[in-house]
Amino acid sequence: MNNKINFSKYFKAANIVSLLVLLISILFLFFKGLNYGVDFKGGTLLEIRIENKNIQIQDLRSSLDIPELGDVNVKQFGKEGDFLIKFEKNANENEKFITDLKNTVSKKINSAVNFRRVETVGPKVSSELLKQGVTAIILALGAMLFYIWIRFEWQFSLGAIIALIHDVIITLGIFSILSFEVNLSIVAAVLTIVGYSMNDTVVIFDRIRENLLKYSKIKTNEIADISVNETLSRTVITSLTTLLALFSIFILGGEILKGFSFAMILGVLIGTYSSIFVASPVLSYFKVTQKTLLKDDDI
Amino acid sequence: MLSFTKFKVFSIYLILFFSVFFASLNLKNNNLIDKKVNLGLDLQGGSYILLEIDTKPLVSQKLQTKVIPIKKLLNKNKINFKNFTISSNNISLTIKAEKQKKFKNFFFQQQENTVNNFIPEYNKFELDLEFIKDKAFIKFSNFGLLSLNNAALKQSIEIIRRRIDDVGTKEPTILQRGDKRILVELPGIDNPERIKELLGKTAQLTFRLVSKDDGFGSEKLILSENNEELIVNKRVVISGDNLIDAQPQFDSQSNQPIVLFTLDRIGARKFGKITTENVGRRLAIVLDNSVISAPQIREAITGGTGTISGGFSFQESTDLALLLRSGALPAPINIVEERTVGPDLGKDSIDAGVFSLIVGFILVIIFMFIKYKIFGLVSNISLISNLFMMIGILTMLEATLTLPGIAGIILTVGMAVDSNVLIYERIKEELKTEKSIIHAFDTGYNKAKITVIDANVTTLIAAVILFIFGSGPVKGFAVTLGIGIVTTLFSAYFIARHLTSVIVLNDKHGKYFKL
Repeated sequence: MNNKINFSKYFKAANIVSLLVLLISILFLFFKGLNYGVDFKGGTLLEIRIENKNIQIQDLRSSLDIPELGDVNVKQFGKEGDFLIKFEKNANENEKFITDLKNTVSKKINSAVNFRRVETVGPKVSSELLKQGVTAIILALGAMLFYIWIRFEWQFSLGAIIALIHDVIITLGIFSILSFEVNLSIVAAVLTIVGYSMNDTVVIFDRIRENLLKYSKIKTNEIADISVNETLSRTVITSLTTLLALFSIFILGGEILKGFSFAMILGVLIGTYSSIFVASPVLSYFKVTQKTLLKDDDI
Repeated sequence: MLSFTKFKVFSIYLILFFSVFFASLNLKNNNLIDKKVNLGLDLQGGSYILLEIDTKPLVSQKLQTKVIPIKKLLNKNKINFKNFTISSNNISLTIKAEKQKKFKNFFFQQQENTVNNFIPEYNKFELDLEFIKDKAFIKFSNFGLLSLNNAALKQSIEIIRRRIDDVGTKEPTILQRGDKRILVELPGIDNPERIKELLGKTAQLTFRLVSKDDGFGSEKLILSENNEELIVNKRVVISGDNLIDAQPQFDSQSNQPIVLFTLDRIGARKFGKITTENVGRRLAIVLDNSVISAPQIREAITGGTGTISGGFSFQESTDLALLLRSGALPAPINIVEERTVGPDLGKDSIDAGVFSLIVGFILVIIFMFIKYKIFGLVSNISLISNLFMMIGILTMLEATLTLPGIAGIILTVGMAVDSNVLIYERIKEELKTEKSIIHAFDTGYNKAKITVIDANVTTLIAAVILFIFGSGPVKGFAVTLGIGIVTTLFSAYFIARHLTSVIVLNDKHGKYFKL
């Protein structure tokens, strides 16, 4: 790939778009919030398989019209006859509850029902899990910041962290807009996105640093341009292979991994974009030049 | 970077050989080395149950036992007191100011203290004493609470283990989590309801007389058989502590399932005495505040054995016997988190996971071959080696593979080629300026090294944090992601580099150089 693309020309426009999307994401996160799953909200999740495939979702819904359950949410999950049910009640307050519910439902819809998965999380544990998830993400960001700060200059570190926060907020923002469920595996996905986006950013930063040392008279913007172009084929190829693997999980990996792989696909796309259009411009905004690098006894 | 000593080459392929060997251990049952990748509960089916002990009732119960010793201590030392009251977490009493110092001295006496135990572990007393004007407040100190909590937790784990072992599930895991929680993992179980019932019961068994008048020393309890309300004495005749055995049986006359229990010597004596003195009265058998049955005492029972009948099904009598045998939990236990996956869903998940792994793998391999031709082949060989090494290491560590863990492997496959891509793209650039092909490869590998390491360390950081904070299946993801990074570095910098060097050194004419 020898074609030179003038990326820096689009830096400003891209940053405005980024800011806008970021703002929209924040507004959504703030006003609409995230659709937390049982892991973070507490309650009960059931994955069931109904033997009689003619049973419609509304039949199942009306069979679950039990005031005791609280807010009930039913949706089709994968194959026909497979459903995911969520309700507010913590099924573990009474040990026989699940067995009773199973009998009630199967009697009401007049078909055998198989409870394939039962997850109940108490209110205390769910708030702990949420806190742990947030701590993990913040800690991961902090650790990345620290690593880049050691390996590069603080301007690089700042650029990388702005890109990462950009990725995390927009990914979560999209989850909020689409009302997709956020559970433990989404936290895992977000952390992996952080790692992946960082990985991308580091490759470009490494090259920027190298080029800054090589050419002393060229402006930072142009250095960024050259570096992004030089690493572009790698960026594209790696994103492609990763996306190949992720789409394979998304399409074939079963219902449980859908949310996870969707978050990852979003993250890879946003992360790749941000390495080029968010992390790199930050360096020129901070006027990183050869002098910045040579000031210390770096490399 | 392209020269390899013979020893190095030998080591690389030895490591690879061992990885393949370990990975192959998963294929079938072998008696050679018993190591395998464990399947997580989400893949093989089973229950994950997190229990939390509630020590509040235990604290007030323990405080209750302090009442008599405290009064004794006060009387023995001629300290006058008034308004002795006990609440759920403290005891308060009024003592004149001039006597307070004296009381304090006795209260915190290290030797022969019958009231306030000294905990040598923490170098602290179990009870705290505080004076506000003429009022004295006694409550458990933080260390007292801690040692009470720890003892209760330890005992609970022991009893839970006994209960689970008695049911006969295979390979249960019972672990302490934090200072109040117990984690129970039951692989392969398809109906956790029965176990949950057994775990959740405190199983505090008491034998108490039924009385006629509803007075201070009695309470109203419900007979579970027919919802009859009974007035039962608070005074306990004998408790489950005196039981040495309990077995389910069938009653010889009615053929109903019953539980036969055997008492220890002290219990047998007490039981004999009470039954002799109270022939004709009813004796309530109380389990966790509900009366199982309240039979009339027809004659004195002195043999130290008895039966409990309460219209049980056989399963119920088996479970009751099991609970009585394993003993009562020191404090109530609540299930705070449960995740159960049925075996058929687990199998579906494995099938889907493995299928998507194979498809993702093939797609990446085809892509790399098209893009880099012979070097794509090199990269693919290193990718396959990478996969074997990952599975080999997982086997060696006997790690647990979960569904997100499989996703971690697929993701590694996608990301592993990154190292090779970085290197090849670098070499391509070098080839533009460098005349010597060998030299170009050498510098390419060298220059890309820092970037490759930087890039992988960042992902490793994410994996480590995920491992520390993640729970259950997510931890499995962190494990495969972390191992994947290490094997990726190895396969890119040793296996792929060696293969590349073989090609480059044997291809002086640049025949294959279509990077």
